[in-house]
Amino acid sequence: MKTGIYPGCSLNGSARDYNESVFALADAFGLPLEQVSDWNCCGATAAHNLNKNLSLALPARILSLAEQNGMDEIVVPCAACYHRLIVTQNELRKDPELKNQVCEILEMDYKGTSRIINVIEWIDKYIVPDLEGKIVKPFDHKVACYYGCLLVRPHKVLAYDRPEDPQSMDQVMTKIGATSVYYPYKTECCGAGFSISRTDIVSKLSGKIVEDAESRGADAIIVACPMCHSNLDMRRNDINKYWGKSFKIPVIFITQAVGLAIGLSAKNVGLKRHFVEVNIS
Amino acid sequence: MARIGVFVCHCGENISATVDCTKVAESIGKLRHVALSTEYKYMCSDPGQTLIKDAIKEHNLTGIVVSACSPRMHEPTFRRACAEGGLNPFLCEMANLREHCSWVHEKNDLTTEKAIDIVRTQVEKVKLNHALQPIRVPVTKRSLVIGGGIAGIQAALDIANTGHKVVMVERSPSIGGHMSQLSETFPTLDCSQCILTPRMVEVAQHPNITLYTYAEVESVEGFIGNFKVKIRKKAKSLDEKVCTGCGLCITKCPQKKIPNEFEQGMGMRPAIYTPFPQAVPNRPVIDREHCTYYIKGKCKVCEIVCPTKAIRFDQADEILDIDIGAIVMATGFDIKHADFFPEYGYGKYKDVIDGLQFERLASASGPTSGVILRPSDGQVPKNIVFVACAGSRDPAKGIEYCSKICCMYTAKHAMLYKHKVHEGKAYIFYMDIRAGGKNYEEFVRRAIEEDHVEYVRGRISTIFEKDGKLIVKGADTLLGGQPVEVVADMVVLATAGVASSGAEELAQKLHISYDAHKFFAEAHPKLKPVETNTAGIFLAGACQNPKDIPDSVSQASGAAVKVAALFSQDELTREPLVAQINRMAPPLYSTCVACELCIPVCPYQAIAMEEFKNRDGKVIRRAAKINEGLCQGCGTCVAICRSKSIDLYGYSNNQVYAEVVAMLNEY
Repeated sequence: MKTGIYPGCSLNGSARDYNESVFALADAFGLPLEQVSDWNCCGATAAHNLNKNLSLALPARILSLAEQNGMDEIVVPCAACYHRLIVTQNELRKDPELKNQVCEILEMDYKGTSRIINVIEWIDKYIVPDLEGKIVKPFDHKVACYYGCLLVRPHKVLAYDRPEDPQSMDQVMTKIGATSVYYPYKTECCGAGFSISRTDIVSKLSGKIVEDAESRGADAIIVACPMCHSNLDMRRNDINKYWGKSFKIPVIFITQAVGLAIGLSAKNVGLKRHFVEVNIS
Repeated sequence: MARIGVFVCHCGENISATVDCTKVAESIGKLRHVALSTEYKYMCSDPGQTLIKDAIKEHNLTGIVVSACSPRMHEPTFRRACAEGGLNPFLCEMANLREHCSWVHEKNDLTTEKAIDIVRTQVEKVKLNHALQPIRVPVTKRSLVIGGGIAGIQAALDIANTGHKVVMVERSPSIGGHMSQLSETFPTLDCSQCILTPRMVEVAQHPNITLYTYAEVESVEGFIGNFKVKIRKKAKSLDEKVCTGCGLCITKCPQKKIPNEFEQGMGMRPAIYTPFPQAVPNRPVIDREHCTYYIKGKCKVCEIVCPTKAIRFDQADEILDIDIGAIVMATGFDIKHADFFPEYGYGKYKDVIDGLQFERLASASGPTSGVILRPSDGQVPKNIVFVACAGSRDPAKGIEYCSKICCMYTAKHAMLYKHKVHEGKAYIFYMDIRAGGKNYEEFVRRAIEEDHVEYVRGRISTIFEKDGKLIVKGADTLLGGQPVEVVADMVVLATAGVASSGAEELAQKLHISYDAHKFFAEAHPKLKPVETNTAGIFLAGACQNPKDIPDSVSQASGAAVKVAALFSQDELTREPLVAQINRMAPPLYSTCVACELCIPVCPYQAIAMEEFKNRDGKVIRRAAKINEGLCQGCGTCVAICRSKSIDLYGYSNNQVYAEVVAMLNEY
């Protein structure tokens, strides 16, 4: 079984902290993670609004490369990339004619044999079974697990966790010693791609997510999506300005939390790169 | 020599718009043995039937083919016409030009060609038809009503009042059904119990009705007029004849923490109980699953306190065998509960309840004596949200249909709330208001205009808790989809009505059909809404689809009339289209080789072995034999018979071969 990783653009840019924590975990547990060679953009939110074939061809090329690399499965830490890759795989499986068309565009073979997993599935599969005895500093905090929109939806295609009130992240967090609080904003919209163009909308929506987590006594918001992270963390000043509050709750990637629990340093898992100071460890 | 008459029907334009009927009649007229081939606009009409009757006499016909619609509706019509024309009715065949041809194809030459082919096969078949005589079977004039809700009660009383016997089976300890749980009823707001309980008592006291509560149908065999029914009377653990219903055991039972089904889990009941004080029969049963004696082997408080010594801990279930002539299905419905809705919290919020729970809160005999109090802390809710279409009309939830009763009962709930909590605010989120029914629309207008219930058109996306309140988020689609957020104290979900638990198993026991949602299927959606596809079994109430009280009662009376009509005859005639195992003179007796393969495949248990004995009484030969009364003519035994010893009257192997050969041959 060969497991590869598709980092996507954010893990090399705005979410380097996420990238560092994923690889720090992989190292700590001796899990080889090879990058898909010569990978390209997944198309993100832009491609499928402009051109259907383009929006399928971009992820199909990534999947095709993964097949060439002999990867049985690929971890996709970014929820948006994860979503685009799975949707593409599903569309091409349903429609063989469309698949042939996309192969022609790419001038590459595509079989659809690589399994696409998100970072929580990866942790569940490879890290949770080895966790016992490795936890040196239980993550003894109250946490609000924020899943965002793309990690669990559309359920028909992803068939992962339950679309309303998902539990997978809460379960991982409980295993490393955290207490997950009742948090109804789990899958509410953070503003997503408006992060760049309409920060006011992001401030409004993300503000509610942050406010609810704080009001329920959470010490941290746990995420598994670079877009969610940047909206809740990088845009915190805008949020505070918009709501006239000073929300201080840190936003931590699930990989960082697991890393801290097994004794990795804050620097090692990229905590120093956050905009909102992380004063818990 | 055969002289066949062919009658091509236009069915208005249903057939003639796509099939060239004149050409069909002309082509068929040229076939050998066809003495007459003609066409008419409506064959089933009076002039059409007269045409057939006259032609039989005039052309001295030996068989006829009516080329029209599916035999399902009009085969009896044309057989009757045939008989009135002096020909045995089983010498009439139908060629289905409508469902099998005109409705499913475009107008062109090929369609007409196909129509000709269909008629040709029937012409070849009818040449081999034999005159058959109907089978006569006796009728047991006793009916079975399954389910003791308002539909079952109405059907039972109506049948009983025609002078016929009724056996009513109800699986819970009391009759009354969901109607006994309701507070007030729309559109009159009269008290549900007040109109229902007298009828329940009437059932119990009617000399023609035998009531079995806490009982279930174990099995049903047989056929119309002659069903053999086994009923399991579950052990009530007391002697009903000795018990006076004083209720001392109920008050003294130490186990009092069992969720009360009648109160929809909003109250508790002891292990020995009647579902509610007005229960009929007013005799308790012991719930063995929760009774301390049955769990731990000691207690017996009820036995000690019982003044008449009626408790019987060792009572066993009893199986009753009853001969029944007709069956009315009145098994009712269930509703989905809050735990079906992930977006509304999977049932984890105490103050998100379903419609039946609200009925109990609003009921004078309910857990709060009719005061609207929210379950979590017993406070009067100041803001209340009603969610219509919770699950109904939602393909994503697998429930595409409209549950029909919710629009009305939600309006009623909001009204009852406003009548009890004057300063409170009631919101109803809805998709459409479906208030079709006498005085229904007026009722909804009253809720809006007089009781100032706030109707918001839009659906609720999510409900969550914050600071002891429920945050209800939705959209107002009349204001361009603007997001709406209501801070509510309580939410009532008008959850979808679904088939009663166990409906599917029961339908299989009775061999009646049911739809994808496990609701029992009617024989025809418009013209046979009370009948099932199985003769002698009728439908009443919400076991067919969600229905309100007036509709359930009307249908129950309809079912009762069907039963009474059946019982008005001493004998029933059945179509003689049954299978037959050949018989011949000794020493052969039959070509049947007694392999007995046909016995297990028969779905109606209609086949048994017959023994032939010599003069000394020694069995010298065995052969299968079909019970004509039980056989439904499905033909399964014909297909499995290895020695070709079985044939089906009306669909003999030779007739089917003739059809196939006609289809394969050019004409």
